[in-house]
Amino acid sequence: MLQALGKYLLFMSSLFIRRESGRILFNRTIDEAILIGINSVLIVSIVSSFIGAVTCVQVAYNLNNAFIPRSTIGFMVREMTILELAPTITSIVLAGKVGSSIAGGLGTMQITEQVDALEVMGINSASYLVLPKVVAAIIVFPLLVILAMFLSILGGYLAGTLSGELTAQEYITGLREQFIPYNIAFALIKSVVFAFLISSISSFRGYYTSGGALEVGAASTAAVTNSVIAILVGDFVLANLLL
Amino acid sequence: MIEIHNIHKAFGGKKVLDGVSGVFETGKTNLLLGASGTGKSVLLKCIVGLIKPDLGSVTFDGTYFTNNKLDIRQEIRRKIGMLFQGSALFDSMTVEENVEFPLKMLTDMSKEERKERVDFCLKRVGLEGSNKKMPSELSGGMKKRVGIARAIAPKCTYLFCDEPNSGLDPQTALKIDELIKEITEEYNITTIIVTHDMNSVIEIGDKIMFLYQGKKLWEGTRDEIMDTDIKELNDFIFANRLMRDAKKVEEEEREEEEERKQGSQQLSSDEVKAVPEETADVQHDQLPENPEGPAATTQSGKDKV
Repeated sequence: MLQALGKYLLFMSSLFIRRESGRILFNRTIDEAILIGINSVLIVSIVSSFIGAVTCVQVAYNLNNAFIPRSTIGFMVREMTILELAPTITSIVLAGKVGSSIAGGLGTMQITEQVDALEVMGINSASYLVLPKVVAAIIVFPLLVILAMFLSILGGYLAGTLSGELTAQEYITGLREQFIPYNIAFALIKSVVFAFLISSISSFRGYYTSGGALEVGAASTAAVTNSVIAILVGDFVLANLLL
Repeated sequence: MIEIHNIHKAFGGKKVLDGVSGVFETGKTNLLLGASGTGKSVLLKCIVGLIKPDLGSVTFDGTYFTNNKLDIRQEIRRKIGMLFQGSALFDSMTVEENVEFPLKMLTDMSKEERKERVDFCLKRVGLEGSNKKMPSELSGGMKKRVGIARAIAPKCTYLFCDEPNSGLDPQTALKIDELIKEITEEYNITTIIVTHDMNSVIEIGDKIMFLYQGKKLWEGTRDEIMDTDIKELNDFIFANRLMRDAKKVEEEEREEEEERKQGSQQLSSDEVKAVPEETADVQHDQLPENPEGPAATTQSGKDKV
């Protein structure tokens, strides 16, 4: 465990030595951002919309007390979405999608000697391949989380109003109640941390793949499980530190 | 010229290279010969710096490489072209982009200059017109050619080939070998080829180093290799010859089988043409095993109708 952690830290430090020129890194980062971002929009949209809808319906089911105003449903959907569901669930979904893709891609490059080909050319393969992925994830994840927040709240609105649990006015009133802007900043900080954890852990797993196709599969699985655990631990630590 | 001196390498206590020394000359195809597991590829990787030797040194044209300053190693690496066993083409790039990649990364060439160089290199390896193909659309031999084009694109001084003809049919393997030799002589570069194929030795081996259990057992030219009295080398040559003969027999058998199949298919189609549509299926099922050749069976098929 400690050995793996040490190897991971050395790997991360290797991203910053012998870097390629800024122009090359910029172009690679844009490519990676498109791959990570555009390709994840659909899954993030679907997951967050339904999570918002389900949250609204379940909160409404639990708030039957006549003394509690219906607008509380909107308030709770907003709080749960911003503080936890949008950043954490989106990141877990992305750990599955982006993490496995990063580990699988790098693992395949490793076993087919494409990484060696870069090294022979005098290119720092870790920096060339991994650094743009990490930077792109850090840029794109917060944007996806913002999208998830919006769609989750919209999903709650549609589910609540269409099922007749509360009126549109009640939902919007609830959304505006006791709004703390810092919560948005907290969610975005979480998304940046999770982006770093997912992209770096998955890259680490993929980069050190050796063997054949079976090992690439194992690396992808390890990347996802390790990333999810790291997200949950990180979530707890950040909540304790920042709230 | 590349010099290696007393290279040692072990993995987990298992000695893979045991004090290998030698000189690889410029303008010649230098072969690292040996059976599988003798440390040829490890030695090659030690030379290019992909694996760090436990002991020993590598010198490129008098410049010390192993354990030298990063800048100097980088400078030397930029003069290295390498053809990998599986070609190692970048899957996400077209043929053109693969060849252009080292030019983009290692040189200050303009886009037009790069395009010109890519076209030249692809033409040199006989792949003009394949610029826009993806690696997945190429055959094994074509992939090797693209690999060679990528290696020579930045005008490399040293060319390393790790089993360049593995997985190729004998004809294509020969063409790849010839191409490497031509390029070596044309550009006067130092080429090191890892191989276990005696055909390569006979065709292109200017200088051969035979490795056995991590040690250099013999060094010499292709003219000298047949006269050696080293038992391990003779065993290797003999085993190679046996395998080559067995392959030849297998290939002949396969060709015969294919010819027989083709004859039988030809016969079937003739038969189907000959019978009316509604009875064709029945007649096809009743076809004999073709004991007397296509003509005879066709005749018997017609008789049935």
